[in-house]
This record gives sequence, structure tokens and C-alpha cells, in this order.
Amino acid sequence: MPKRTDIQSVLVIGSGPIVIGQAAEFDYSGTQACRILRAEGLRVILVNSNPATIMTDPEIADATYVEPITPEFVEKIIAKERPDALLPTLGGQTALNTAISMHEQGVLEKYGVELIGANVEAINKGEDRDLFKGVVEAVKAKIGYGESARSVICHSMDDVIAGVDTLGGYPVVVRPSFTMGGAGSGFAHDEEELRRIAGQGLTLSPTTEVLLEESILGWKEYELELMRDKNDNVVVVCSIENFDPMGVHTGDSITVAPAMTLTDREYQRLRDIGIAIIREVGVDTGGCNIQFAVNPDDGRIIVIEMNPRVSRSSALASKATGFPIAKIAAKLAVGYTLDEIPNDITEKTPASFEPTLDYVVVKAPRFAFEKFPSADSTLTTTMKSVGEAMAIGRNFTEALQKALRSLEKKGSQFAFTGEPGDKAELLRESVRPTDGRINTVMQAIRAGATPEEVFDATKIDPWFVDQLFLIKEIADELAAADKLEPALLAEAKRHGFSDAQIAEIRGLREDVVREVRHALGVRPVYKTVDTCAAEFAAKTPYFYSSYDEESEVAPREKPAVIILGSGPNRIGQGIEFDYSCVHASFALSDAGYETVMVNCNPETVSTDYDTSDRLYFEPLTLEDVLEIVHAETLAGPVAGVVVQLGGQTPLGLSQALKDNGVPVVGTPPEAIHAAEDRGAFGQVLAEAGLPAPKHGTATTFAGAKAIADEIGYPVLVRPSYVLGGRGMEIVYDETRLESYIAESTEISPTRPVLVDRFLDDAIEIDVDALYDGTELYLGGVMEHIEEAGIHSGDSACALPPITLGGYDIKRLRASTEAIAKGVGVRGLINIQFAMAGDILYVLEANPRASRTVPFTSKATAVPLAKAAARISLGATVAELRAEGLLPKNGDGGTLPLDAPISVKEAVMPWSRFRDIHGRGVDTVLGPEMRSTGEVMGIDSVFGTAYAKSQAGAYGPLPTKGRAFISVANRDKRSMIFPARELVAHGFELLATSGTAEVLKRNGINATVVRKQSEGEGPGGEKTIVQLIHDGQVDLIVNTPYGTGGRLDGYEIRTAAVARSVPCLTTVQALAAAVQGIDALNHGDVGVRSLQEHAEHLTAARD
Amino acid sequence: MTTSTRGAKAPAVLVLEDGRTFHGRAYGAVGVTFGEAVFSTGMTGYQETLTDPSYHRQVVVMTAPHVGNTGVNDEDPESQRIWVAGYVVRDPARVPSNWRSRRSLDEELRKQGVVGISGIDTRALTRHLRERGAMRVGIFSGNALPDAGTMLAEVRQAPEMSGADLSAEVATKETYVVPAIGPDGEAVPVGSAKFTVAAVDLGIKGMTPHRMAERGIEVHVLPATATAEDVYAVNPDGVFFSNGPGDPSTADGPVSVMKAVLERKTPLFGICFGNQILGRALGFGTYKLKYGHRGINQPVQDRTTGKVEVTAHNHGFAVDAPLDKVSDTPFGRAEVSHVCLNDNVVEGLQLLDQPAFSVQYHPEAAAGPHDAAYLFDRFVELMEGQRA
Repeated sequence: MPKRTDIQSVLVIGSGPIVIGQAAEFDYSGTQACRILRAEGLRVILVNSNPATIMTDPEIADATYVEPITPEFVEKIIAKERPDALLPTLGGQTALNTAISMHEQGVLEKYGVELIGANVEAINKGEDRDLFKGVVEAVKAKIGYGESARSVICHSMDDVIAGVDTLGGYPVVVRPSFTMGGAGSGFAHDEEELRRIAGQGLTLSPTTEVLLEESILGWKEYELELMRDKNDNVVVVCSIENFDPMGVHTGDSITVAPAMTLTDREYQRLRDIGIAIIREVGVDTGGCNIQFAVNPDDGRIIVIEMNPRVSRSSALASKATGFPIAKIAAKLAVGYTLDEIPNDITEKTPASFEPTLDYVVVKAPRFAFEKFPSADSTLTTTMKSVGEAMAIGRNFTEALQKALRSLEKKGSQFAFTGEPGDKAELLRESVRPTDGRINTVMQAIRAGATPEEVFDATKIDPWFVDQLFLIKEIADELAAADKLEPALLAEAKRHGFSDAQIAEIRGLREDVVREVRHALGVRPVYKTVDTCAAEFAAKTPYFYSSYDEESEVAPREKPAVIILGSGPNRIGQGIEFDYSCVHASFALSDAGYETVMVNCNPETVSTDYDTSDRLYFEPLTLEDVLEIVHAETLAGPVAGVVVQLGGQTPLGLSQALKDNGVPVVGTPPEAIHAAEDRGAFGQVLAEAGLPAPKHGTATTFAGAKAIADEIGYPVLVRPSYVLGGRGMEIVYDETRLESYIAESTEISPTRPVLVDRFLDDAIEIDVDALYDGTELYLGGVMEHIEEAGIHSGDSACALPPITLGGYDIKRLRASTEAIAKGVGVRGLINIQFAMAGDILYVLEANPRASRTVPFTSKATAVPLAKAAARISLGATVAELRAEGLLPKNGDGGTLPLDAPISVKEAVMPWSRFRDIHGRGVDTVLGPEMRSTGEVMGIDSVFGTAYAKSQAGAYGPLPTKGRAFISVANRDKRSMIFPARELVAHGFELLATSGTAEVLKRNGINATVVRKQSEGEGPGGEKTIVQLIHDGQVDLIVNTPYGTGGRLDGYEIRTAAVARSVPCLTTVQALAAAVQGIDALNHGDVGVRSLQEHAEHLTAARD
Repeated sequence: MTTSTRGAKAPAVLVLEDGRTFHGRAYGAVGVTFGEAVFSTGMTGYQETLTDPSYHRQVVVMTAPHVGNTGVNDEDPESQRIWVAGYVVRDPARVPSNWRSRRSLDEELRKQGVVGISGIDTRALTRHLRERGAMRVGIFSGNALPDAGTMLAEVRQAPEMSGADLSAEVATKETYVVPAIGPDGEAVPVGSAKFTVAAVDLGIKGMTPHRMAERGIEVHVLPATATAEDVYAVNPDGVFFSNGPGDPSTADGPVSVMKAVLERKTPLFGICFGNQILGRALGFGTYKLKYGHRGINQPVQDRTTGKVEVTAHNHGFAVDAPLDKVSDTPFGRAEVSHVCLNDNVVEGLQLLDQPAFSVQYHPEAAAGPHDAAYLFDRFVELMEGQRA
């Protein structure tokens, strides 16, 4: 029964901005699905507010709407496009919730749109805890096993407190309904914790519902990925076992595929339950994942939950097995059955089978606690990781050690030198799951802990514990050996030891170990991920390394370009870089090269085996990359390695690759140094006659103090060679400067601290440009909404710039060209400028693709990353203009006057983090980047575009109601006009006494409310924080006073996050918001596809 | 290069009859063994695999790298002993972990004298077998190994699988009875079950009579040498022919017994070897597959319903029957009821004019998915139909 013929067009909803719990995996899934649906001849209409995605590239869908994913905007799109069907299962919880909400509002019925891929009843059965419990009971009645944890559903705090007794006491698990990534869930060990967690959970749940559950902490945790077609054929694509037992969110756990510690009887029992559940829930075409807990003492199975949609786990499972779940889900949704769909990898066998693995896959989470120093780092059932790395090996130890080094984080690899510490203390620490607990466990083992002690402390399965012992024993042998015998070296490599680890153990340099290893002929081979354990020949070159015997890399004729990806997502280096790498792959493939992708991030489009000609799923360390280059050099000609598109990770390898004789194409390592090294870059600026803020570099406090004294406080300090403003801070006095230097771990004689004059009240400007050695193509100029001093990644920005004139653009163009030329760029460069007074300062230059490349590309309808990749391999701007890859005339600096305005807004992860007392973390923006993702609002005027960006990021701006204003003294002047506007739009203003006084003197009435520190008034007058919690406030403007750990206004801002009230923390954002509110109050806001925008732009350009 | 140096294991060498050689470490018993090299792609169920009599005289290569993780328990074996002639794994577990585990797999292999090898590139070996076909192999382990030429010569002297008649070697010597299981989970007294089935043991797995017993069938398991008289002596409602090792073209005895059953139109069900016997009884040929089907992820389509089931396979031979037409046989019309979607190999036969069917794969699973368990219900329906 082939494809349905009654569907001609389908609306796909994406997942919106990258947030914790919902990340790049939905770009991967959505891109696959859109491509498949188009290939099936359907008109694909896409909505996704996230510009940094491949799926929102104009060639992926027929009509791409970069608009907020809210029922309101999606309805506008439906009204305009009138799709036959809506596919809601590929955009995470966001898409599912939006679809359900539109169904409930009758929108789908009104426009005759059929929900495909999942029906409402199935979604509700899978997502609603109570209904799902019924599902599990029905399954047990049918097949005799499977049960839910004992639980009670609660809709109020009274229900919650009473519920604990029903379950037999603490600890209990709290799970809010209908939230994503387990947001708001956690373990409560006593009433205080319970009130806090459940209170927040009731708020977060759109149905004000939480589930209270018996504790199954320490049980084994498993996940199955299933698919079902309309003929009721069901397959289990993958089993996943969590290294960390129950209690840690699966997104935060180290996970392993396939399951390692189940007998066939137990595995088949999980499989039977899983199949019975997908049938009972009624997912008739598509995928779902189901999580299980298994009691290690007796095998009792508890079904934890299911997601009736594509998920992070399904992306992982797809990469782990080679079975593309999203792609197949899309085909099933339009009517195919599993047996009608061929297995891409073998081409000869059908998709109606279950992949079998002859390797082990390990996924390790990447955290960002260093960005939120006050946040509690204990891992719980609320997901906190911001990214993940996956590694494949021929055994667990090899995969695990590869995964840990893929994390690219100091201390993520096992260390075997130095004193491990006190065994008892280490074991005590191991009890609490944290980022890096596995390293603590390894130290405990080094300190003499027994397997039983480790198990008692952690409940990590004894088989996994033994694998850690195995690794430790090899480290011991390496340390004890007289010399590095080939057999021992091979054995160490076979268990995943890196050259760097061996070097550390042996007291050698890494390159010496590598030389010895090569001399002994100990090199990895590359095996294929083929879905079938070699039973059938694989047609898809999807490789991983292993120290085994036989390599499967085939010879090739065409010259290859090796593109280095960006590794695990982290704050500051996310999906934007993957976007650029994927574009390079497409462009270079079109230009006749064989493209070879190297990356270790399972969430991404770059690690889809369909993206490049060859895929190496490998860590991005020097060792791993050198081995791949070696293997590919043996296979055929290598034109070069692209390092400038994957962010700081590959850029950091540039010099070492060159030193090892690898041809690095594009901007040469010397040029990268010229941009990143303060002294060299100062030289470039001096030669070009460009001003930079006064600055200096130091490696000691004394040095830093001397510089600061000379240029005057406040100063901006940061370590060199970092991304995302890591460790960057505005320092207002000497005391803080001293503690900053003392606390920083990044500063060393080879890595000095940079001290810059801080430009107060400057406008920050970002420029993305291409340079081919002679000609500059100005990609785009972005004007930040927030002032300089707030990390560019966290600041909203507008393109084209809204307050800069032709003269400014001219200056920016000249400066950019001078820097690109002076540094020696071949490809992309991103420069940050600050305009203070009338002086244009150069803040920094990055000779690589920047975070804003996808945004700029979409806003100007020009594929900058593709052009950069071509320039890297020798094409010129003129050639690319002639070819049509770049516009024939003009560039991003000469956009027509009626070009649309695009606004990028950052999305912050505040609601994910709590301090150890359970309070929220502060939400003030600063020079250190903390946003996880971004959205784009695009429209003909700034106000509407800004309003759209807010709606996409945080929920719509209020158009009426109560606005609370409390600003720092320095902001009081700038607040008056926007405040007046708010009143004009009918807002009632609330203010603390000081701000109210200023407003009153300017003729603006504001109701004085009590500060939190003043407490409740004698007549029961509530404080502002209480009012926010009571839902009495619709908009909050709160700019921080002064500096220091605990800022005033902290409670206000955390209350705003808890209640999801829009909270503006700069006056610039207030001004922009007022323009947005103004736009919303003036007539209807329309929707327009990127293709329409592009057509308009192209027409205007010619 | 992949040789494990860990532990005090003796060196081991695996030699294929075409001369390809892999060096590893001894696993299980130390010594010498020969057999037919086959690979199994199941990721779970090594205990069931090892004790499946169909693997008699075969050296099994596990494609899953980690084997032995859940140790050995007393519930999961499919027969009284390990039948594989040799065992090839990449990374054997050092420590078993499971609440049902009684001892380690290494211990069990040694106890039962099964020679194995570990630490070799099992994927390279699998690819080799895929490309060149299943072939004879020898594993030699210990500290004093013969030279390469001697080892190869010995491998080439070992018997081949084609033409091997092995059922009698693995089947029960005496008839035994597996009582039916009542709704209360207790055994039904012998003689009072709803149905009685005579099961001809050609290498039967323990789960097969259990699946029948669960459905109220009392199973009389007969030796492979059983005659038609022996079969009808138990007064059966249905007759079952099991799986088993060896070349079906040698199984003349069971074929003639089956013909007698077909003559009497007694409901008949066959699995694996039993399917090949039915094929032969109907006049179809059998042939040896290049490298066989061994795994628990094989897609089989039930052509009567169009549904696909994921199934457990262990067969090196197959029936040569036309896929797309009904064949006339001495016992009426017959058709191919099941087919493997990977390679269109015949996976099931059924007679259209009398109650007999068989499948090439393993509905009893163990190890493997339970998707095909409905076939036992079909057998029950046939017996009910006959009674009505």
C-alpha cells in the first residue's frame, strides 16, 4: 500500500530555539522529514523560529516561515497556505503542544487540516500521566507484565502533601505533566523540598498537574525506540542502557547502545511491553520511545514514560544504528509501510527489521555549570546538559574513552597520574550524581575502592564497574611497563586510551607517543555502521575508528575535502556552526569534491550519513583527526581540511594540523593567530589605523592591576582563546580584579588574561564578511539592541542596522576590509565593533564562521557559509558572483531600503537551573554568554520584527495590563519616554518608590509597590515579588544596580522566570519592546515566507 | 594487533579452510576444535544459542562484541548441554552481572569442554564468511600450537556440513512427555490435556514444547529415529517436526514419517529442519545458503496477511519452492506462506487442502522476538478444526 494520494501539501512544525531538552536533534529530524516529503512530491510548508537550522534553509521546504511557533502565528500560516495535513511529531514538545492546542481551539477543523503521524488521542494517551498509567495497566492485562510505578496525580499542593502518605513516605518523585525535557521534575526527600518542587511543577505544567511517584532510584534504566506502520508492523530500532542508574535524567546520563546487561528473556520482555504500549496508545504511523526501570535485584520492570514522537533519543538511536527514524517516520506518515521502505544503508533489504550492532555506542552529556556558578550541579530528573557527544567503538571501553575525549572539556578524560585522593571521601562524592561523576569513580578505584564499594555508592551496574576497573588496570600496566611494547600499546589503544593519556601516564609528550605508535604500526582501522552487523554489504560510508584488524575505507578518485565539525553543543558553540559545516559540505559537493565530514555530535545534520559523501563519527582531537586524514590520504587525493566553519574546536587544531603536514585550506593558521593573539592583532589594527579600546595582557594580578590603573575602571577581563565569553567579566574595582585573577583556572603564562577598557553606553555592532584576498563581500551588519558589555550571543540584534547611517556602514566596510586583509583571511571573518560617541572601536575579530552566519544568511538571502567554503578552496568573490552563489551586485551592506528587518533574540536557560537551596539563578545578562539558542523575527518594520522575536523566544509581548518598572539610576533618564509610551498604550505602571518618584516628576503616574526587602505592608499590601507570583504583573522592566554576587532585583527576576512574565533587563530592550507593543497594537501582524522575502530582495537587487 | 594480552589466557588461532587466519586468545576450554564457521548476529541470548542443538558441529562467530555479560543461569538453556563446536567472541565479559546469573560463561564453556577464541576481529571474519560463504574452520589454542600448514591441513580434513546427517546425534534417545500447563500455571496430569502432540525431535529446543504446553498441549517428544507407528502410538491430535542440525537432503527417515502423517491428514506443524522435511515430502528440493540466516532480527512476511514479523533464524539450508504460484503436490495444493524480505528465501509452507504447515524460522524464539508465537495458535486451531 504505497503513498496516500489525498495529501498534496503538509505543514511541518519545527521545535523553535535551542533550549535545554530540545536541541539540534530536531533540526536533524525535521530536515530529514522535509526532504523526504518533498521527494515524495508534496508541497512542504515549514514553520520554525530558529534561523540557525538547516531545516529553515529555503531549499529544504517549499515555503519556510521563520515565525513564532505559537498557535496564533501557525494559524495565520495555515490560513494563508491551506495545507492538507499537519505533521507535528518532528518538532519536539513544542510542535506537539502547538498542534494539540490548535486542535483544541478548532483551528485544524476550521481549515480542514488533518493531523498525520500521530492522532490527538494517542498524543494524549502518551503524554498524560493518568491516561498513560491506564495504558500500562491495559498492557499488563493483555500480556501479563509491565507496570507503572505506584503514583498519585495531584492538582494542588494539598493533593501533593496527602499523596506522600498514599505512597508510603519519602523520597518521592515529582513529575509535572506536559513539560519538555522533564522540566520541573525532581526528587523530594522531605516536605520542604516537596513544596518547592511540586509548587514549581504545578506552575510549569500547562494543565497544573503533577504526578507523585514511588522512588525507584538506583534501578537500571533502559529505553527502547520503536516504530509502527499503518499495517501494525512494529520494529524496535534500538535499545539503550543508561550507565547512570535511575535518578538522573536520561539526557544527563551516560548512555550505551545496545543494552549491555540484559539476558534475551529480559530484553524480549521489554520489547513485548514496548510493542504492546505503542499499540495500546495508538501511535499508528511513526515512532516513539519508551523508558523502563528494571530492579537489579529481581528484574521487576516499571514503565516510566513514552514520547509519541521523534525525540533526542530517537536522533541518538538513528546515529547509533544507521536507521533514520525521522525519515522513516515521515514516510510512514504519508502512507508507506515499513516493508515498502528500503534500508538506505544496504539498499537491498527493507526497513521492516531491527538493526543489530557489532559495536558499542556511548553517549556522554556536555554540561555548562561553569556558566551558572550558583546553580546546583546535582543531576536529577530535570535535564541540565546543553549538548552531547557520541562515540562508537568495537567495545565499551573504546567507545567510552572516545566519548569522554569528544566532550572536549578539561578533565573529561580519565586521568591516571597524581594522587587520587581519599578513598572514603571519593566514594562519598560518587553518591551524588554530577557532571564528571565517572571521573570521581575512577579516582575512587585508583584510591583502592573495590567493585562492591563502587556499586554500593553509585548503583552503577557491576558489569560497567568492571569495565572501569579494566581501564584502570591497563593504565597501571602502562605505568609499570619498562617500555612501550607493541602488544601493550595496542592493548591500550584497543581500550580507547588516547595518545595524550598514554603520554601523561608515561611522562612523555603526546607527539612522541604518536611517533612511537606509528613506528610500531599501531593505527586504527575504520569500520562501517551498517545496521546489520556485516550480514549485508553496506553502501553508505559511515565510519568509526577502532583498533582492530581490517579497515573498510574504500579507495576513491575525486579529491576529498575533509570538513571538521564543531563537536558537542555547548553554550557559545552550538548548532550555528553545524549549519556552516553542512553548507560547506553541500557547496563543495556541488563543486565536484568528495566531502568528508568529521564530527561527534549525534544531534546534528552534519552527522546524518546523507549529508556528506563520507562520514567519520569521531572525536575532534588532533590524534583522531590526524588518523582520519591518514586514512583518507591512503584512499585518494585530499584537497584539504576545512577548519574555519566548526567554531573554536577545529580552529584550535589549525596550527597543529599544519605542523603535521596536513593541508589546511582557507584562512591559514598564521592568520588565525594574527586575529586571536592580542599583540599580533594590535599590530594589524595599528597598521590599518583602527582604534581599539585601550587594553593590555597580563599573566599575574600585578600586571593586570597596572593595566587597569592606566586605562581606568571599569575594565573588561577575560582569558585569551575562549569562545562564548567564557570567564569574561566587567570588573569595577581592584578587589574584584584580584579575586578574578585568583579564581580563574584558564590563565597561565601561555594563556594570559586580557584587560580591556570597558566602553559604557556604546552601541555594539557585529559584521560577517567574506574575503578572498582581494575583494570583500560584506555579508551583513548587525546592530545590537543591548549595549556593549553584554555578550553578543546573548544580545538581541537587528539586520539591517536600525540606527546606523550610510556613513557608518562605509566606515564599517573599510575597517572590515582592512582587518580581513591585514589578518590574511580567506573565507569568513566576524568582527565586533563598538560605536562610542563617534568613534568606531574594534573589539575583536574572529577569522572563522560566526554564530550569526545562519542568521545573516537568512536575513539577506545569501548562503555565506557555502561561499566561504568555496573561497577556502580557491574561488573568488567575483567568480561566485558570476556563478550566482553570491548576488551579482551589492552585498549585505547595501540592502535596499525596503529590505525586511530581521531581529535575532537569544533564548536563556534560566528556568533550568536552581541553586542548592532550590532558588532560581539570576537572569542578568553580562559579558559571559549563557544563552542556549536563538530565534529570528522578520518583518517589514523593526517593531513587528522585534515583537515576533519576543513571541518566538519567550511568548508574546503583552499589549496591555500592568508593567512594573524598576531601573538603576543610570537608566532613569532613558526610561522616561518608553514609560510614557506604555501608559499611552493603556498600561498601568507599577514602580518602586525611587523609580515612581522620577516618573511622577515627569508627569507619568505610577503606583508605588513594596520592595521585597520591605516585606508585606501593615494593611497586607503585597510586595512586587508576591504580585508577580500572584500573576498580577504582565511586564517587568528591571535593570540591575551595581555589581557583586547577589544583585538587588534578583527575587524579581527569578519570580519573572518562574511565572514566565516577560522581563526586560536593559533599557534598550525596553525601548525595543515598546516599539513591538506599538506594532502589535496597530493592526494585524502578517506572516511571510523566507522564499517570498528572498524574491522581494532579489528583485530589488537587480 | 587486536590480540588481548590481558589475563593469563593461552594464545589461540582460528584457521579457515581457505587459509585465512586470525590470532587471538583462548576462551573457554583450551584445545582444538573443528566445525562449520557461521556467524550469528543476535545481540542477546548467547545461552540459548550455545545450547541450540541446531548449532551442532558449527563454530559460532558472535557479531556482538560483548558476550557473557549476564553470565550463565539455569533457566535459559534450550537443551541439556552446549552444542556449538566452537565459540568465537571479541570481548568476553570478565565479570557477569545479572540477578539470575549463577556462574560465568567462560567457566561454563570450560566445564563443558567447548573450545573458543576471543580478541579477534569478528567483523572481518563475518565479512569474510559473507563474501566467501560458510566454510570449515578450526580453532587451536594452547601454548604449543602446530605450525600453520599443519593446522590448515587438519581443517581441510574435517567433515563438511553438506551431506551431514546429524539429527540422531542431538535428539533424545528415549521418548519423554512435557505435560500441558493449565490456566493456573500448574502441570496438567498426563493423559488429561486438551490436545496431545507427537513431536519428532530432530534437535528440538526446550522452548518449543513449552510454547505448546502453555496452550494446553501435552507434548510427547520422540527420538529422531521414530517411525510412523511410534508417532501414532501416542494417539496424537497433531504431529510436530522440530528444528535440527545437518543437511535436510540426508533426512530420509523423517521424510518418510512425515509422508505417512500427511497421508493420514493429521494436523502437522514443522519448524526449521521440519520445514525442510515438509518441503521434501511435498517434492521440493533443498539447497545450502551461502552463509545462512542466523540472528534474531530477520523480517519475515506472512503472505497470508501481509504482516511483517521480526523473527529468530538459524538455518543454513532452505527449501526451493516457487514463491508466486500455488504448487501441486502429492498432498494437494501447497504454497509458500512466509518469505524473508531480506533475500526472498522461503520461510514457510502451507498445504491448502489439508491441515499442515511449517516455517523455516523460530516462532518459539529463545533467543529472539515473540512476534511469531501466533503460529502455535494456528497449530492449535488446526487441531481444533480437525476435531470439529
